[in-house]
Amino acid sequence: MIMSYVDPLETLFAFQQALENRLSSDWLSGTTAGVGAYPPVNVFQQGDDLVAIIELPGVNKEDLNIQAKENTIRISGRKSFDYPEGVSLHRRERLSGAFDRTIVVPMQIDPDAIKAEYNDGLLALFIPRAEQDKPRTIEIR
Amino acid sequence: MVAQQELQVQQKREADKTQEPTVPMRAFLPTTDIFETEDGLTVVLEMPGVNRDNVEVSVENGVLTVEGRINFQKYEGLQPLYGEYNIGPYRRSFRISGRVNQEGIKAEMRDGVITLVLPKAEEAKPRRIEVR
Repeated sequence: MIMSYVDPLETLFAFQQALENRLSSDWLSGTTAGVGAYPPVNVFQQGDDLVAIIELPGVNKEDLNIQAKENTIRISGRKSFDYPEGVSLHRRERLSGAFDRTIVVPMQIDPDAIKAEYNDGLLALFIPRAEQDKPRTIEIR
Repeated sequence: MVAQQELQVQQKREADKTQEPTVPMRAFLPTTDIFETEDGLTVVLEMPGVNRDNVEVSVENGVLTVEGRINFQKYEGLQPLYGEYNIGPYRRSFRISGRVNQEGIKAEMRDGVITLVLPKAEEAKPRRIEVR
C-alpha cells in the first residue's frame, strides 16, 4: 500500500515553482508602469475572477489609495517611519517614500465590484471579471 | 523641504542555506533595520504575509534568530497568472555583541513588520564615569 499525504511544505514548494515560472511573464505587458515598479504585484486566477496580492509591509491603511476605472487600477500612497532621536543606526535596509503605480489588467473587469483587504502587510485586491467577458458555454441544439 | 523619494522595489534575497529544509523550498531574508539606544537594541524586520502567531524569536549563544512562516492557506485555490515576487518563509540571524536581558525582550507586530526591543543586560549598560 502506498501512503500518500499532503505535506504543506511540499505544497508551498510546488507553489513557489509555479510562481517562479510566472515571474515577469508578459501578462501585464501593456501596462504604463511595468515590471520593477513599486509595489510588487502577483496576480492569481480564482475561478473566473482575479486576485492581485501586493507586498506593502508597514504602510498605514490611511496612507493607501486605490482607484479603479475600466480595466485600470491605480495604487498610490506613501510609506513612512521614524527612527527615535539620538540612536546609533547599525543597519538600514528598509526604504520609505511615495509610490504610485498603475496596473492595466488585460481583460474586462467590473471596477465597481473590486474589493480590497490589507492584512499583515499584504494588500489583496479581489477583481471580478466583467459578466460579458466570462466564457460562455454554447449549447448545441 | 525634503525631496519626495520614490520607493524602489527591493529584490528579495534568499536566506542562507546552512540549515536546509528537507523540501528544497526557498526561505527569504526579511529587510531589516537595526538601531541602538542606551537601553538596548531595536531590530525591525519586514515580513509581509506573516502574522504575529507565526513568528518565532530566539536568542541563543549571542545569536538572535527570527523566523516567520507565511499563512499559505490564503493562497489555496489560487492559480498564478503573473508574478513579480516569490513567497516563502522568512529567516534571519544576527550575532549580537553585548549582553541582552533575554527575559526583557519585547516584540510587536503590525502590518507585516515586527519590532523587537532587546534590552541590554544591566552589566552591559554604559556607565558614566565621573572624573573628579
